Amino acid sequence: MTFHLAVALHDTGWHPAAPPGDVLDPDFWVSQVQEAERGLATLVTLEDGFARRGLDSVLIALRAGPATSHVGVVPTVVATHTEPFHVSTQIATLDWVTAGRAGERIKVSADPAEAALFGRRDPNSETRETLFDEAADHVEVQRRLWDSWEDDAEIRDAATNRFVDREKLHYIDFVGSHFAVRGPSITPRPPQGQPIVTALAHVDTAYRLAARCADLVFTTPDGVGRDGPTGDAATTLRGVRSAEAEIGRDRPTQVLGDLIVFLDDDATAASTRWTRLDGERTLRSDADVFAGTVDQLATKLEGWAAAGLDGARLRPAVAEHDLPRITRDLAPELARRGLTRTAYEADTLRGLLGLEKPADRYAGVQ
Amino acid sequence: MNQPAKKQIHLAAHFPGVNNTTVWSDPASGSHIEFSSFEHFARSAERGLFDFLFLAEGLRLREQGGKIYDLDVMGRPDNVSILQAMAAVTSHVGLAGTVNSTFNEPLDVARKLASLDFLSGGRAAWNVVTSWDEFTGENFRRGGYLPKEKRYLRAKEMLDVAKQLWDTDGGEFDIHTDQFDITGRFPLPRSPQGHPVIIQAGDSEEGREFAAESADAIFTRHAEKQAGMEFYADVKARLAKFGRREEDLKILPAATFVLGDTEDEAAENARQVQYQQVSPATAIAFAEQVWNRDLSDVDPDGPVPSFDPVTENDVDSGQHFSKGRASVRQYRDPVATAQEWRELGEAKGWSLREVVIAKNGRHTFVGTPQRVADTIDDFVQSNASDGFVLVPHITPGGMDPFVDQVVPLLQEKGSFRTSYEGTTLRENLGLAPARALSQS
Repeated sequence: MTFHLAVALHDTGWHPAAPPGDVLDPDFWVSQVQEAERGLATLVTLEDGFARRGLDSVLIALRAGPATSHVGVVPTVVATHTEPFHVSTQIATLDWVTAGRAGERIKVSADPAEAALFGRRDPNSETRETLFDEAADHVEVQRRLWDSWEDDAEIRDAATNRFVDREKLHYIDFVGSHFAVRGPSITPRPPQGQPIVTALAHVDTAYRLAARCADLVFTTPDGVGRDGPTGDAATTLRGVRSAEAEIGRDRPTQVLGDLIVFLDDDATAASTRWTRLDGERTLRSDADVFAGTVDQLATKLEGWAAAGLDGARLRPAVAEHDLPRITRDLAPELARRGLTRTAYEADTLRGLLGLEKPADRYAGVQ
Repeated sequence: MNQPAKKQIHLAAHFPGVNNTTVWSDPASGSHIEFSSFEHFARSAERGLFDFLFLAEGLRLREQGGKIYDLDVMGRPDNVSILQAMAAVTSHVGLAGTVNSTFNEPLDVARKLASLDFLSGGRAAWNVVTSWDEFTGENFRRGGYLPKEKRYLRAKEMLDVAKQLWDTDGGEFDIHTDQFDITGRFPLPRSPQGHPVIIQAGDSEEGREFAAESADAIFTRHAEKQAGMEFYADVKARLAKFGRREEDLKILPAATFVLGDTEDEAAENARQVQYQQVSPATAIAFAEQVWNRDLSDVDPDGPVPSFDPVTENDVDSGQHFSKGRASVRQYRDPVATAQEWRELGEAKGWSLREVVIAKNGRHTFVGTPQRVADTIDDFVQSNASDGFVLVPHITPGGMDPFVDQVVPLLQEKGSFRTSYEGTTLRENLGLAPARALSQS
């Protein structure tokens, strides 16, 4: 099994005192996604949220997608304030543009300031449980819409003048407590059939959301969640698995551990750099922070693999410094230890994750 | 910089739409969804030095007689998303798309369009439209119903609020209108164009006022010279009262074209395209949109039906036989339309299909490249328009003959650029920089 190396991109880095950069310039983002591809990363995630400064992550993914050829591209979607229909067609479009490398990270927003940007709902009337339920519905609608066109719906039949076989287009008729969506999609089924859905989870409610609707889960070993410490890698993995058992999911999700990294030639230099940046603004993080050498980090990740994690999503503390260390130094070291791939073995994100293209849920249904 | 002696033509390339204008039965017709088609189309538009390319939008598959309409090309990407991807494979051509104001929220739309503007180096354009029908609304949280009288209000407020958000330059806002109650901080500074280029489509009185007040370009159907000149004079005259110059609003009629090496060959090509565009099944479907009932037992090669259309359940009732198709609204008096079709058929000895072709299948420009270039130039120099939105009938290569054969002739006339003047779409359209609302 390949241990997956994923990279999480966020502004100029995950440390709040990371030096500023031209985050509004397309080249800033394209070059980072290309750098991740150079390190043979399975996927790149892009942070987002309406109350944070910065560009729309789905559009960053669409700008970077055509400039890369193998790496999975995974922008963030806020379920609470978006239309599932629009998100479904946006992610399907990303999948068409990248010929099968699209994913998304689904998240909820309980932030009253973010709700006020839309002015459509009262955040005080919602609980985290209802927000997570809504997010699961959001993904369910997206998934049904992706399947609402069977792969061979387009027929171009000259004899009957028909462009599509409408028996292969399906109403999804989703009715939930927050919205109802009729379908079918306006966008044909994307190349992967189902693009990859991911979620970041620190606590049981989030583990359950992931178990209900995600293909891939990011946990925070030795990190901190809403309910306190998250436990070590094995503990977070057990949290995911027990949520999966609770809802009766048959195929397990793949689980990647999150880690903020400062990488330097010696461990002292890395921790000194961290301390210096903390002097400007303190890093507060849900994920654990690693400061050390490539060799030390590779050994730590071997431990994660031994604990059963499927991979790691590394968050460079300072992108311009730590991202190239990850891709040019760490990635070859992990490959040398037989942990990660030595070349891309597939052209789609599902392929890189070892997942087949799923059958269409509506195939054969009248 | 040399000032061009002649009035300059502005051209846009319309990605073939999901309607019968787009021919899918031709061997040259490629994928309507794979990115390679969009890349081909975008590169052609840029090779032709077009001001921008344009994508229309539809948020629900059309239905007729309670079934999904299956005769036309269908299946399309999300507009802003595919425009963003096309930005990756081009560097000058503008990127315009329709984004609905009914089923989107201003913060999200304004952020997406500003992001597109940043991530394309100042090439974003927005055609703002509204939907009113519950049919489309069934795909969205809102549930869709917007009273007819609120259609323009919603669009105006959406546009006005989006401009206010862009003008915060990444600062605080507190906005309360009929449609929106929003507060907070906009997450982006002003984008390269300040405001993306704003496009408005529609010929109504309300649409003309809306465009004169707040749009940078207006799409029209007036591709005939006399009607075009009247429309042009009317709309341009409205600009002064909003403190705007005539050149601040570009008038761009939609136009189709069929070329040939000789006039006869072009006419024969046009006839063939018409028959591809109106198949026997499509002719029946068009008649059903007028008759508002099933006509599957009617022979398309026989005469126009002698019976009258169904007049109950008109388009405003939401119960019309044809759903999700704005063009049905043109049949305000279907009984009279049916009578007109019958008379035409009888007078010319035409079948139903031939009548539909005559009524719906006419091409704007048919001729040799020289003839088409002459016609376009005359149209623009006569102030019947500022240019055209050209609608090819083949994906993805439909624009190529025009780019290769007509554009050089327009350049020879001194009426069309030989290289892009600016880096942003506003600069190429000859528009003034976007004004912040507080200064207007």
